[in-house]
Amino acid sequence: MSSAAAVTVQTPQANPFRVYGTEVKYEFLKTLRQPAYVIPTLTFPLIFYVMFGIIFGGKQALGSVSLSTYMLATYSAFGVIGASLFGFAVGVAMERGYGWLQVKRASPMPPLAYLAAKTAMAMIFSAILVIALFAAGTAFGGVHLSLGRFLGLAGTMIGGTIPFCALGLAIGCYSAPNSAPAVVNILFLPLSFCSGLWLPIQILPKLLQHIAPFLPPYHLGQLALQQVGSAAAGHPLQHVAALAAFTVAFLLLAQRGFKRDDVSINA
Amino acid sequence: MKEEKQVVASLSGVTKKFGEITALNNVNLNVRAGELLAVLGPNGAGKTTAVRLMLGLSAPLSGKVAVFGRDPRTASARGRIGAMLQVAKVPETLKVKEHINLFRSYYANPLSLQSTLEAAGLTGIEDRLFGGLSGGQKQRVLFALAICGNPDLLFLDEPTVGLDITTRHLIWQQIRRLVQQGKTVVLTTHYLEEVDALADRVIVLNHGVIVAEGTSAEIKSRTAQRKIRCATRLRRNEIENIPEVAAVSQQENRMEILTAQVEPVLRELFILDPNLTGLEVTNSTLEDAFLKIVETKPAAQEMTA
Repeated sequence: MSSAAAVTVQTPQANPFRVYGTEVKYEFLKTLRQPAYVIPTLTFPLIFYVMFGIIFGGKQALGSVSLSTYMLATYSAFGVIGASLFGFAVGVAMERGYGWLQVKRASPMPPLAYLAAKTAMAMIFSAILVIALFAAGTAFGGVHLSLGRFLGLAGTMIGGTIPFCALGLAIGCYSAPNSAPAVVNILFLPLSFCSGLWLPIQILPKLLQHIAPFLPPYHLGQLALQQVGSAAAGHPLQHVAALAAFTVAFLLLAQRGFKRDDVSINA
Repeated sequence: MKEEKQVVASLSGVTKKFGEITALNNVNLNVRAGELLAVLGPNGAGKTTAVRLMLGLSAPLSGKVAVFGRDPRTASARGRIGAMLQVAKVPETLKVKEHINLFRSYYANPLSLQSTLEAAGLTGIEDRLFGGLSGGQKQRVLFALAICGNPDLLFLDEPTVGLDITTRHLIWQQIRRLVQQGKTVVLTTHYLEEVDALADRVIVLNHGVIVAEGTSAEIKSRTAQRKIRCATRLRRNEIENIPEVAAVSQQENRMEILTAQVEPVLRELFILDPNLTGLEVTNSTLEDAFLKIVETKPAAQEMTA
């Protein structure tokens, strides 16, 4: 500790792995203690799935799978998108808008640790959500998924958080703390409806079916459907490519929004 | 005179604009190792902007910012810096010790949790959620986050704004202790008593320009005047005609006269008005000096309120 060389040339750095681990741990604790995030994130998709997918849909077939299996995929995507958007957009808007992000930025925290912790959080909640939906579908909806298909769905959903974390980040970089939840709702609900995540896309008006491929949730929905063995449009790689392109666009948008902060005095 | 110490942070010819507003205009500022530098100024003077530039949170339009000889945005510069900034809201669902442990993890050689809690006066409430703390306790947590990494250079942006006297004095005491340990502290404030109580050196900023610099005694002596207050039938211009008088202002039914030489002015006043009453003579405070410095600005820069 008390070395004679008081003026060190090289400042020692904290262990980066430990920093990321600690950041994730406290982000998790912080989030877990916020019922305003945890309850809607976990229960809304579950309630919707039980209502539309199990009670009304049940074992009716939709193409090659039952409606309850089809909607397990689409409501998984719906839930994952919500977990990512709300976590990032509301969290970043508040922490940025109220000045907390500045304190973290002024510290030696690696900037990526901040984003990684929030992304990890969205992934953890997504995993919990997929397990809960799968359990409900299996117990009450007659869903039969092989372990391989279930893991495929869960993996797709965990990876699928990334584009929506990026969108949430962009929203968080532009929105005021109070308006971020409203902005997310205005985007999230119509986008997921038009992408066929609430009701099967086949029963939506033709116009919406043409618009859907331009919406990011559609591509995650199609990837999820392919994982549960439903016939879905397009090759999986097309959807992955579309989501990757959206991710890049959202990150660029976020970066632009973030830079505006330096232009306003109170940021 | 103290010998010139090593410069640990500097703004060199720095200009920063926010749209049309010039927040800092060609500012040169050196922070020397081991000193407590107070940056003083009215709201909107550019104090926070100067701190944000030195923390690398904001980039200058022109000029150079260096901290420990490096760009302040580098991790190696930040590893030696602690900052207490003005925050409207801190995440409320973490406990005091969790907030501190997270920030400790960012630094290579942090203080222990215990000594951080002690230094910030938080012992006993480390298990409380941040959201359940009082205003003074919240401010002490922010102070704890600034010092927990055991940094060499601390930036404290209005650290005691809105605080009760007890917490303010606790923070002052801790700031003094840090300086005794050889830390460098940059403090922005608009509390003049805070500057008087703590600072080795003062920089007065106004409208983005450094308008005065020196020890707080030097700043006071720059406008080394004493204040005479009295009730008199004399009119303002009559008093202004007394040669030693620097300034006169009327406060309700009292005259306030600023002068460097009290005695000749008093003698003259009693000759002109033997019935003068309610006489008071006070030393000028740092506040008087500050107001005087801030008020004397070129007419060209005058802004409409």
